[in-house]
This record gives sequence, C-alpha cells and structure tokens, in this order.
Amino acid sequence: MTHAFYLTDEQAEAFGRELDAIRDEVRASLGENDAAYIRRMIRVQRGLEVAGRASLFAGVLPPFWLAGTAMLSVAKILENMEIGHNVMHGQWDWMKDPGIHSTTWEWDTACPAEQWKHSHNYMHHTYTNIVGMDRDVGYGILRMSAYQEWKVWNLGQPVYNALLAGLFQYGVALHDVEFEQVIERKKSWRDAVKMLKTIGRKTGRQSLKDYVLFPLLAGPFFLYVFSGNLVANFVRNLWAYAIIFCGHFPDGAHTFKAEDVGNETRGRWYLRQLLGSCNIEGGRLFHIMSGNLSHQIEHHLYPDLPSNRYAEIAPRVRAVCERYGLPYNTGSFARQFGTTTWRVLRLSLPGGEGLEPRSAMAA
Amino acid sequence: MSFQTTAPAMSRQPASPLRRILGALTWPLTPDAFVESLLPQAPVAARGRVERIEPNGPDAATITIRCPRGWRGHRAGQFVNVGVDVDGVRHTRCYSISSAPERGDGRFTITVKAIANGRVSRHLVQALEVGDTLSLGEPTGEFVLPAVLPERLLMIAAGSGITPIMSMLESLQAQDRLGDVVLIHSAPLPGTMIFGAALERMAQRHSGLTLQRYYTRHGGDTHQPGEHNGRFDAGQLDTLCPDWRERATWACGPDALLQNLERHFERAGVAEHLHVERFRPRLRPGAAADAETAQVTFGRSAVRACGNGAQSLLELAEASGLNPEHGCRMGICHGCTATLQSGRVRDLRSGEIHDEAGDLVQVCVCAPVGDVEIDL
Ligand code: FES
Repeated sequence: MTHAFYLTDEQAEAFGRELDAIRDEVRASLGENDAAYIRRMIRVQRGLEVAGRASLFAGVLPPFWLAGTAMLSVAKILENMEIGHNVMHGQWDWMKDPGIHSTTWEWDTACPAEQWKHSHNYMHHTYTNIVGMDRDVGYGILRMSAYQEWKVWNLGQPVYNALLAGLFQYGVALHDVEFEQVIERKKSWRDAVKMLKTIGRKTGRQSLKDYVLFPLLAGPFFLYVFSGNLVANFVRNLWAYAIIFCGHFPDGAHTFKAEDVGNETRGRWYLRQLLGSCNIEGGRLFHIMSGNLSHQIEHHLYPDLPSNRYAEIAPRVRAVCERYGLPYNTGSFARQFGTTTWRVLRLSLPGGEGLEPRSAMAA
Repeated sequence: MSFQTTAPAMSRQPASPLRRILGALTWPLTPDAFVESLLPQAPVAARGRVERIEPNGPDAATITIRCPRGWRGHRAGQFVNVGVDVDGVRHTRCYSISSAPERGDGRFTITVKAIANGRVSRHLVQALEVGDTLSLGEPTGEFVLPAVLPERLLMIAAGSGITPIMSMLESLQAQDRLGDVVLIHSAPLPGTMIFGAALERMAQRHSGLTLQRYYTRHGGDTHQPGEHNGRFDAGQLDTLCPDWRERATWACGPDALLQNLERHFERAGVAEHLHVERFRPRLRPGAAADAETAQVTFGRSAVRACGNGAQSLLELAEASGLNPEHGCRMGICHGCTATLQSGRVRDLRSGEIHDEAGDLVQVCVCAPVGDVEIDL
C-alpha cells in the first residue's frame, strides 16, 4: 500500500472521518449567502465581458484597447476558472437552479463540457497524480513524474511546455483524445475522430465569435477587436496553465504508481489527494482569479463544495494534517511556479527520482 | 392548491435571424442569460416579477405575478410550475392559476395556502416580497372547461382547491357566461375561507350562482342559508343540489374528498360527469423513513427492483442488469446524476434526504428510503 509510511490503516480511517465531518458541516451550512456569491460572481463576469467588448470597439484609442483587453481577459479567466470549472464540478448543484447546474453548463473554452466532466471530474479527481491514469500528469506530452519512463523525445520538453502554456485550452481539449493510446491501438480511430469532431465544432463556434463576428461588428476597427480577443484568449491560456500546473507539481508534490495505490479506502483516497495537491498563497482577489484553485488541496478533498468556502476550510484542514503529522504543501506563487518549472526541465532528462518525496524519504 | 407533479418548462420559440446572431455572439450562453444577470428586473422568458401580495384568509395569500416575455397565457383551471429560492435552494411546485385568462393586463395570480411543514408555501405566503422574481414553467393541465359550456355546472372545492375553480368562475363572469352554477366550498372556519368574500360578492351579482359553504371546525351558529357546520360528504348532494346527476362537475381538493366523490358518482353511473384535479401532498418525513426494503422503479428502462436503505441506487441498478452512466462511484464527480421522479432517497455520506420530484441526485451515494422512482 502506497503512502503507508504516513498513516497506519486505523489512522487513515480516523483522518478520513475527520475530513468527512468538515465536509458534512460545510455542506449543511450552505445557504442564501453562498447563492448570492455565485450569482454576484456571474454578474460581475458578464458585466466585465460586456464592458470589455464594448471598450474594444473604441480600440483605435490605445487606452480603450488596453482597458478592453484587460477586462475581457479577466472576464474570460473568471468564466473558466471561478465559474465554469466550479459549476461543472457540481459545486452549485445544491441550489437546484437549472441555469447554474453541472448538468447544463457549457463554457467558453475548446474542451466540450461533457468531455471535460469525464476527463477532469472523474479521471483526474478520482485518480489524481497516478501515473498512467490521471492524464493531467503531463497531458500526454510531458514527463511530469520520475515514474514515467524517459524517452528521447522528452528532451524537447521545455519547448512542448511553452507551447502547451500558450495554447493551453487546445491542449486540454486534445489531451482527452489520447493520441498515444490510439497509436498503441488501445483506443479506436473512430472514437478519436468522433471526439475531434466535437472539439472542432466547439472551437469553430468559439473562433467564429471571437475572430469573425465581433471583429466584423466593429467594421473598420476589425483588427483592434480581433487582436484584443486574441490577446485575451492568450492571457487566459497562460494564467490557467500556470495555476493548474502549480496545483500538482511543485516541489514536494507526490505522484503515484498505479500498482501502489490498489484498492483504496476513503481515508487513503483523502491522503493521496492531500499528498498530490499544492496550495498557492495569496490575497482574496488572487484566490478568486485562480478559481480558488489556489486552495487546490481543499478542492481535491472536496471537489463539489462551493469554492467560496475553501478559504475558511483551509485552516481547519491544515490543523487536521498537522495533528496527523502530514505534509501540507503551500507556498508563494513564485515558489510553486518556480519549482514546477524546474520539474519540467529536470524530467526532460533521464532519472529525477530525487523529485519524489517518498523515494527521498525511503532512501 | 399545489401539486408535486412537474409540468414542462417554457419551450423555446423559433429563433429569428437577429436572435441567431445574438446567440452566436453570446455563445455558449444565451442573450437571455446576460439580460437575466445584468438586468435582474427585466422580464425574460421563464421569470415573473412579484407585483402584489394580498392576504386571502388568515394563512393564504394571492400573489400577482407579471407575465414573463413570451408567455402564452393559460386556460382557466390550469396550473403552472413555480420555482422560488428558499435559503439559496430553488424549489419548484405547481400552483393553479387563480385569475382569469381574460384579465388582460399582462399579469396573473396564484393563491397559496401556507401548509404547516411546507417550506415553499410558507415562504411564498410569509417571506415573499414585492419585486422578488419567481421562475415559471408553462401553464398546463386538463382541468379546464370545455369550449361548449354545459348548461348547468356543479363545482366542489375544499381549502386551496378553490383556486382553479376561481379562475373558471372569473373567466365565465368576464365572458358573461356565468349561468347556473352550484358551488360547494369548505374551510375550517368562516373567516378562513379562501376567496370567501370574493365568492360572496360574485353570488350577489349573479343570481345563477348558488353557494354552499361548509365550516369543518365551526361550532357556532350559521346565520345564512347555504352555510353548514361540519364536513361535506357526497351523500349530501341529493339535498344540496338535487339535480347533481345531470350536472357537469369539477372538483378540486384533498384526496379523501375526491375519492369520496368518485365513488359516489360511479355508484350513480355518472362517473363521466366528474372532472377532478388531484392534490398530491408531500410525503411527511418519517412516513416511510424506516422501511428496510424499498421498491425501486427505474423509469426509463422500465425495470423494477427491490432495494434497501444501505445499497446505493447505482449498485442496485447494476445488480438489476442496467448499466447507468457513472464515474468515480464515490460521490465526487457528479457523473451519475439522475432525476428523482418520486419518493425519497438518502445521501449515504451525510444522511441528507432528497424528496422532491425533479431533484437531481447522485445515484452512486444515494439509497432509497421507501419506494422510489428514478429516471434511469
Ligand atoms: S459516480 Fe461519481 S458522483 Fe456518482
């Protein structure tokens, strides 16, 4: 059993019960204020989007172009991160508002909601950081764990990484297609093509909106709107990439081998979520802009609790971890992003076992 | 009058070219989604603003609602799905519309009686404020008057069961077609009768309208003709309305009353004269809470199985040969969400109960409490 040296079976179960109790307590206390939070967030996001796009129509004047692009970037980030990602997790399903529900939500990104809910909510959140099962470990193109076999083409990793950051939304959509599985004949071409078609349709509508319709609407100012939209999408890609990679790969984060995980109890599942996730420290605004993924640990323990509650849960979770002598990986954005980038570079070369805290401890 | 059944949501209108362009510009949202969050007061489809709240007896209220955009109107006697947020949670109930379609000012009313344990009805009667918005479905229901009106009518109501009948009477009055109608209506006490005063005024104006009022908890004298103490029973029809066998009859109220009427009409061989609107009360918590075994009906696949309070609905479905969609099997991914059609289920993690028809529940962590029907 993996991570056995952290907790005995009894301790793991007690640990799980304590975390369950926090969940139940928060779940029972959800009410009007939380509903008001998400509605306000949606209002702010839509307001920013309208204002940003309107301002870009006057983009021939540089301050308007800058303000418009900035507002649209923020709107797009909020839409994906604090709203879309969290709504699709079912964090707001308890409100039973059909307009803010995981079963109906679609978001402004290349990855279709249905596909995302499978690959992210199910695969990534259930099998977090297990090499070969959680596709977020490297998105099929990067070697992010020493447990992944090194291949020659991993040498190009710094370049792939930069490309992934800039084109992140397409990387996310395409990593579900599992090309390497298709090549290894574990997945049929027909399935892959079907997925690609859905992604293509969605990307088509998105591009139509951002790169054709809105620019056309601006008439002679076509290019200002076009470039503003392009930059906003690019900014969101970079930001989402940075926050998401900081969630599971900074120094001290654990990755796991499938054979070590086996049949997990709920307590051990919690433990693995904790060991595989990392928080980022920051102010209130930073947390919101990160979709509260800066509370990645809490998000992975409780993926369907509303994100506005993670900040208040965090100290409680941390206290529980301290009592059980468990690591709680948190640090500044610079520390988490710096060590994540170091991991990408280091693992482009063979070896790298030293990055795994467990092997370091076992040694 | 409220039901636990669900009516269809407002259907979309065919999109005009302008709306299609707006749709492409706001995709993946809709233009309405922007209007809804940025202009909370604007009339958008499926949302009605509360314009007036008047008490109607001691524990009921008539709520005037502005019709949403695209509202197609109702037929007298129909009901509508009303959604309201209580403590941040949207609850949906069906209420009969109590105003006449002829009202014509872009508004309609529902009349709600606060039930002792009714979260929604109590919120609507006691906490709702002018300016709040309600989410609305489309009016539906077969409890309506035929186009060719029978010469003589009999209408029987109890409590808030008067609401669809009120809409019918108002409608007949507005069309100048209020002829020979006998109305039997019940309330606990004289002062608590829903639409008591309005009906009295109507009867004064229309000699064809005969009122028979029952006060089930009243011990004192009744002064006027047509007022009775005690509970109405179908057996009294012979004296109250001797020609009841020849009358087309509309009845709405608690199930006991409707069953009583149905048996009576059947015995007299005139069952086809009786039209009823069924009242479906909520299961009281505890009613079936301790049931060890539960009949589970998987509605979509028409499979029935016998479950228990400890096994998840997902496991039961799989054991019954179904293969419902799912992911994590541990309640975190929401990939197994299915619609509860009737009955109650318990979240095995927290003990939380879901018991509203239409609730979306995670079948991998929910077990039946008593008999359940689920859309799998
Ligand atoms: S299967 Fe994941 S929540 Fe039910």
